[in-house]
Amino acid sequence: MKQRIVVTGMGAVSPYGVGVQTLMQGVYSQKKTVKRMDGWDGIEGLTSYVAATVPDLDPRQLPRKIRRTMGPMAIMATLAAFEAVKKAGLSKDVIESGRIGAVVGSTTGSPHAYLDFYKEYMPDYDLSGIKSGNFFQLMSHTCVSNIALALGIKGSTWATCSACASSSQAIGLGLILIQSGRQDIVLCGGADEVHPTVTAVFNGVKAASSSFNDQPEMTPRPFDKQRDGMVCGEGAGIIVLESLESALLRGADIYGEIMGFASITDGRHIADPDFCVMSQCMTLALKDAGINPSDIDYINAHATATEKGDIAEARAIYDIFNNSIPVSSLKGHIGHTLGASGVIETIACFNMLRDNRGIATMNLSEPGDGCEQIFHLMHDRDMVINKILKNNFAFGGINTSLVIGDYIK
Amino acid sequence: MTKQEIIEKVNSVLCEEFELEPDQLNPSASLRDDLELDSLDGVDLVVALEKAFDFKSRDEEAVKSIKTVDDIYGFINKILN
Repeated sequence: MKQRIVVTGMGAVSPYGVGVQTLMQGVYSQKKTVKRMDGWDGIEGLTSYVAATVPDLDPRQLPRKIRRTMGPMAIMATLAAFEAVKKAGLSKDVIESGRIGAVVGSTTGSPHAYLDFYKEYMPDYDLSGIKSGNFFQLMSHTCVSNIALALGIKGSTWATCSACASSSQAIGLGLILIQSGRQDIVLCGGADEVHPTVTAVFNGVKAASSSFNDQPEMTPRPFDKQRDGMVCGEGAGIIVLESLESALLRGADIYGEIMGFASITDGRHIADPDFCVMSQCMTLALKDAGINPSDIDYINAHATATEKGDIAEARAIYDIFNNSIPVSSLKGHIGHTLGASGVIETIACFNMLRDNRGIATMNLSEPGDGCEQIFHLMHDRDMVINKILKNNFAFGGINTSLVIGDYIK
Repeated sequence: MTKQEIIEKVNSVLCEEFELEPDQLNPSASLRDDLELDSLDGVDLVVALEKAFDFKSRDEEAVKSIKTVDDIYGFINKILN
């Protein structure tokens, strides 16, 4: 019988601020976070000037010795890890035992650190002014390594750097590490930071919102007729995954269970979504959880408000669930936090499970062509939620689905 | 640049770069034991001093011989004068 994996701690830094409670207060009060970014209209070639940044972040709450190797994403990830570990009640002895690992991803290393590097290096190809911490901020495993350093983690550490699927894959890899018996507990999550060069990537493939620069509160618009692309957000999230046996032995509070996971690749196109593979991925996650589509109470969609992505996901959902299960996306609330999106949204999902509260897609007024066939949650409402299917997809043809459930003894 | 000007500028670099308080900067303070600066900080110290005093140091031995705050004053004084 498959080992049961539960969640015993959660931490978040989001465009609402620091902490899971702050995240959920923002989500439940339907607070908007997207704003017009100062100076972005002066960047030649960039047409999207909107983003959702983290307010009131004080890096100095971390000691200089551990902060010097962190860019913003590692700082956010470490603060989220501190919160998660505290909530999980993990003692220093347990953390340093070697039975705890960490899997934390991000799209790349810190874009701000990359800029610092090239500002020194170019145009004279001079490396002498580059500080020692710079490389540790821009390396792709900056988040997980800095968390391990800050907490003293001695187990296995991995970085799942798969853009928008970074943290959902981190959760999947955490499951695998525990189910294989290699670790008892794994801190899983991801982080990413807002930077114009990141938005530029999506802008370049016509996937970034550019029509609402003067009305930032109206974008992004997942599944909506007027949607015009994604909006980058920033933040970090960490969840503490633990074998049920370990959690019960410790007497830990259990937030819920990760019942199933799937990650498959379409192997067809680097950027275009494939609804068949999306639907296959969701089916595999349900199979991994050992449940039927009708057992799902709510679907948390990836839905970033791009033209093609939302249509493909709506069609994939319809193929399995018809229009029987409520669907929504949280991208309208906090933007697309990229490598953090899977885990921040999963954290929100665990709270929705606990509170039996369905959150509607923000900015969805009228579903667009090709998106209208599924059951959209148009208004926040109380509803019984015991099991959630959560999707995240990424450039590179990566598809991930998680099945999240209440913990039932 | 006078010795006092060098001291003030070096202290300012140390305070800003390593978040130290001015009263920690006794001339005899050991960079490693008293100010708790390590090998990575040593690299950044040279980078920060080069920027502040506008020079490029290629004398690795001279850099390695810096152990105290006073050694930094002497190192800069030698380079500038």
